[in-house]
Amino acid sequence: MTALAEAPASGAGPPPTRRRGLRPWARSALVVAVGMVILSITATLTGQLQLTSRGTTQAALLLLLPILLAGLGGLWAERAGVINIGLEGMMILGTWGAAWAGYQWGPWAAVVGGTVFGALGGLLHAVATVTFTVNHIVSGVAINLLGLGVTKYLSTLLFYPVSQNPRQSPRVDGFDTYSMQPVADWMAALEAQQRVLLSDVAGIVGGLISGLTPLAILGFALVPISWVVLWRTRFGLRLRSCGENPVAAESLGVNVRRYKYVAVVVSGALAGLGGAALTLNPGQLGYLEGQTGGRGYIGLAAMIFGNWRPGGLLFGSALFGYVDGVQLRAGGQAVHALLYGATILAVAVAVLWAVRRHWRPAVLALVAGGLVYAVYLSIETVPREFAAYAPQLVTLLVLAVAAQRLRPPAADGLEYRRGEGD
Amino acid sequence: MTRVRTVLLPPALAIVFAALLCAVALLVSGDSPVTALRVMITQVGEGTTAVDIVNSGAIYYIAALAVAIGFQMKLFNIGIEGQFRLAACVAAIVGGTVSLPPVLHTIVIILAAVLVGAAWSGIAAVLKAYRGVSEVISTIMLNFLATGLIAFLIRPDSFGVLQGNNISTAPIPPAGQFFGISFGSAGTVFGMVFVAVALGVGYSFLLNRTRFGFELKASGESPTAATAGGVDARRMVIIALVLSGAVAGLVGLPELLGRDYAYTLTSPQGYGFTGIAVALLGRNHPVGIALGALLWAFLDKSALALDNVGVPREIVLIMQGAVVLSVVVAYEIVRRYELAAEQRRVAAQLRDAAPSPTPASTGSAS
Repeated sequence: MTALAEAPASGAGPPPTRRRGLRPWARSALVVAVGMVILSITATLTGQLQLTSRGTTQAALLLLLPILLAGLGGLWAERAGVINIGLEGMMILGTWGAAWAGYQWGPWAAVVGGTVFGALGGLLHAVATVTFTVNHIVSGVAINLLGLGVTKYLSTLLFYPVSQNPRQSPRVDGFDTYSMQPVADWMAALEAQQRVLLSDVAGIVGGLISGLTPLAILGFALVPISWVVLWRTRFGLRLRSCGENPVAAESLGVNVRRYKYVAVVVSGALAGLGGAALTLNPGQLGYLEGQTGGRGYIGLAAMIFGNWRPGGLLFGSALFGYVDGVQLRAGGQAVHALLYGATILAVAVAVLWAVRRHWRPAVLALVAGGLVYAVYLSIETVPREFAAYAPQLVTLLVLAVAAQRLRPPAADGLEYRRGEGD
Repeated sequence: MTRVRTVLLPPALAIVFAALLCAVALLVSGDSPVTALRVMITQVGEGTTAVDIVNSGAIYYIAALAVAIGFQMKLFNIGIEGQFRLAACVAAIVGGTVSLPPVLHTIVIILAAVLVGAAWSGIAAVLKAYRGVSEVISTIMLNFLATGLIAFLIRPDSFGVLQGNNISTAPIPPAGQFFGISFGSAGTVFGMVFVAVALGVGYSFLLNRTRFGFELKASGESPTAATAGGVDARRMVIIALVLSGAVAGLVGLPELLGRDYAYTLTSPQGYGFTGIAVALLGRNHPVGIALGALLWAFLDKSALALDNVGVPREIVLIMQGAVVLSVVVAYEIVRRYELAAEQRRVAAQLRDAAPSPTPASTGSAS
């Protein structure tokens, strides 16, 4: 991906934002607010109240957590210059480790077990890519194969005698859920009043603050923690320097190999934690073969969607989790309504560009909006089969439109051998 | 000697290492590795196992060739999986819908599969060439989308037919089926096995005897040098990925035209990822890939016998994963060893030639 055009911004957001004086947090708040308004309008006009209901938000929250953790794993590895396609395999290892420790010693042991197993996968990736300079994608694909094989073997060996099913673990005890009372009740009351915008916001906020598990809180806390560690500490600066220019880092006395090792092992641990989040999902407590369903890959996509930054990654995984949640809770009709929301969004984007007198993107956005609206009018409901894969389609479209604006770490995926820089 | 060491030693080391790893795993869990190996080898002579190995080997071979075409240019077509499944599904629909004279019918089905595979990877190719989207990510997303599209296509109200508890496409009439060679009770070898062999020969010819193959390899070795030499990088990306997808389109056909005659929700999956592993194992070389495919198929099919002696057959999956990772590591170790040996050799030559005033000419020993 060539993204040199954006290089001067050094990842701190495009220059126009600075000129307008909007801080990153303010910009995020604006994005969230606009998204909320669009969702509210869509929910009201199409009558799909499930779009902003508490249940949908809760489902989305559960679905986004593993994706978010896998994405964070990808972030750590790629910021140190190691591409991690093996997230999926590490996540599978995590689900197994979590179930194995969890059914014996409870949910906290599951968290530890998942993390440790994921970290082992990460260690293997680090040995292959850092010590032996194997191509990162090759190693990742091999780890995905190995993760699947090892867990299947171990499940037959250790779960089958207990659960009588080689594809499933015994039931794991989950966490108790918490709600932030009394706010959660207020939100529920407000949501029930069916007021435009207010009830929609209440539904979403209510969903976000009720039914929380310690793991969910930990997962969300890891986003700012990753940001602080990677962008505000000496350790993080050195780690990122290994991903941008390892030869320069080496010349300044940074032990590039050690930093890459740490980053990839942390990456595996986070992916494993994502696996633990799947195992401890209240709806399906325990290990089930194939339960990751490619979420490691989706986490990677969410990270790229988020331009290799924690905030963007949170946004990307929220999008995946939300569309998935809507599809699961409310079905194709609700996803169909989201097309209406996408039309509004496209028009808003077109107006934004037009105000800035960038006519070409404005027209493009308008045309795209028109197309989406045509699709919205021409079909009654999005077929179930497609609704499930809407996030992947969105990712592909976003990459097609914005790939040149993305800025991956400069030395991402490149081979590094100590002392061989020129 | 050097050639034997660099080409054959790494895979041999990797297989031995992976086998040792599995032996340790089996010993830890209280099973006998010797029994396991003996049972697996004797299984080859039992029932249809030998024929199954050849059939599966052919499928893995085609998949690995599709991957290898991309690998030659350092392109990672992770999307073989989606390309072959979508191609097989559409080909089955086409084959079940049209009615044509025997040979023509088969050709139409094969063409449909090739076109769909090429088109599906063409999306990734265009995104890569014109929008700079990494083909790794786009093909992974396309794999997911292919799953959705297939589920949609074989719904009963699209093109599907409900058969018992399973949904499938309309069966392909005998006119569209591909011939097979029957060995009686030992099974039937797919006729597509010969297509796989032909593809291997074509792949070898393409790489070593055509200008395109040269440009492909050059672009992979050094994109800058290739561009300087007049190779259009954008065009090469598109052709390589589309060609890879076209070959991927054929992966599902041996089973579709030789055994199943319809695409169902439970049709086999995972050949795309197997293809990546086999291509790595065979080092993108047509003969190497063939050996890798047969090894992989042997592990898959003989593993069925492990259940009889109480060994979890999933040990084979560990073996496969370990072999892929250790083969790439082994290549790297041997490469480093060769490099060090070469440095020593050159240093020794320089030392011997030191008295003479022309070190440059003697220093460039290859």
